[in-house]
Amino acid sequence: MVPPVIEVRGVTKAYGDQPVLRGIDLRLLEHQAVALIGSSGSGKSTLLRCIDLLEEIDDGDVFLDGEVVTDPSVHPVAVRRKLAMVFQAYNLFPNLSVLDNVALAPIRAHGTPRAQAREEARALLERFGLGGREKDHPDHLSGGQQQRVAIARALATRPRALLLDEVTSALDPELVGEVLAIIRDLKEDGMTMLVATHEMAFARDVADEVCFLHDGAILERGDPERIFSAPEAPETQRFLRRLLDAGRL
Amino acid sequence: MATPGVDRQAVRAAAKRRHERRSTAVAALSTVIVLGGLVALVVTRPGWGQVHELFFNWSVFQDAFPQVLSAFWIDVKLFVIVEACVLVFGLVVALTRTSRHPALAPGRILSLLYVDVFRGIPTILVVYLVGFGVPALTLSGLPTDPVVLGGIALGLSYGAYVAEVYRSGLQTVHPSQRQAALSVGLSHLQSLRFVVLPQAVRNVRAPLLNDFISLQKDVALVAILGPQEAYRVAQILQGEQFNYTPLIAAAMLYLMVTFPLARILDRMNRRDPSRAALAVR
Repeated sequence: MVPPVIEVRGVTKAYGDQPVLRGIDLRLLEHQAVALIGSSGSGKSTLLRCIDLLEEIDDGDVFLDGEVVTDPSVHPVAVRRKLAMVFQAYNLFPNLSVLDNVALAPIRAHGTPRAQAREEARALLERFGLGGREKDHPDHLSGGQQQRVAIARALATRPRALLLDEVTSALDPELVGEVLAIIRDLKEDGMTMLVATHEMAFARDVADEVCFLHDGAILERGDPERIFSAPEAPETQRFLRRLLDAGRL
Repeated sequence: MATPGVDRQAVRAAAKRRHERRSTAVAALSTVIVLGGLVALVVTRPGWGQVHELFFNWSVFQDAFPQVLSAFWIDVKLFVIVEACVLVFGLVVALTRTSRHPALAPGRILSLLYVDVFRGIPTILVVYLVGFGVPALTLSGLPTDPVVLGGIALGLSYGAYVAEVYRSGLQTVHPSQRQAALSVGLSHLQSLRFVVLPQAVRNVRAPLLNDFISLQKDVALVAILGPQEAYRVAQILQGEQFNYTPLIAAAMLYLMVTFPLARILDRMNRRDPSRAALAVR
């Protein structure tokens, strides 16, 4: 049987004596999208950063294509090269042009020949409606454009899975759609992704499974239709009701 | 047909011009009064005749300037070479100090000690100690040329300052930048080289240039070791002629270098860093 692209088993993490993840289990199969929902501080971002080995876990294991990656003997750089993350605040490199932001990792981390990497970066930017902006610097772009560049940067290394950390939370409302449309397209193309999001309609459309995080634990998981129409855990019900009251559902 | 909008634009433009003209006139007048007053104050003092003779003697100046100028080349050479070394050395110290690699633990202690010690000792003392102390060791292989020793002393002193400037620059780069660089698969070293360091250096260009200006004039300190650089030559001429004008000639030469640097610094400080980055490309 083909192992999941990403598997998380019993992962725990604490900042000091403040637990942030309390025994997370998660399986992300090839071409699947799993949405992580839950209020701020529930551990969604921390979980994504732990999977990308940007933070160390305290206990448990993370597997990538069936191989453990959280073992001290595994070189984190090699693991990060197979995954890609998109951040809430874009985190583009302000010292580099849009094109260089996208082409940097293929050239430096993957040894792609410069001309080829730039050609591929150009094609990605073109595909995301950023043709003609290659020479611009990120801070001259709108938030939506910056986030599209960040997605292009993440895809440029042909990752096994995409980790999306609330990628629309910093955007003005009218710019959210253009970024979500891209992610929908990626899903159509079969990209495997783990998506922390506050956009419930989007989670419902795109995700194959929704996990509700509360206080560092997955309290409820399942088919998006089921979770949103008939949540079982009282915390999930409360969370969804609050969103509903705020007009966000 | 008269468009009221155009008329009002013209009226506004005229008012703006009048305002600008008045500002210029006020600025010019106050400059003339203040600077003219200061000059008049100095020139009308009873001692001015003697000061003029001793410090601003034109014939002494004409005689001294070429000699001081040719000696000034030592300063320029020393300044350029030391500055280049300091830029590299300071960076190495700053990176060692901020690195978390366990193998660099002794380097961290050494760089901390180095910065604390050399920032704390007056530069003139460092020049003395290196310039006279190193040859006294009579170890073979160590340089004995006073210009080289003076340069090393200046480099040690300024390296400590520049290392701290770099370190503050490294701290201005948000940790999320490093995280983003790591997340696309760059190694720690690559993240530093392609993402963190370029931003850090750009953020401290102005203070680096400030130290650059400071070093340019402190080059005169190597004079105490004997090399015939501009200040030293001016001093010798002053002693020979019982006139201070050669020192004024030397001062002018140092100014000629620092002045343009100071203007570049002003421009850097005025510019928004992101726009400056755009202009560079």
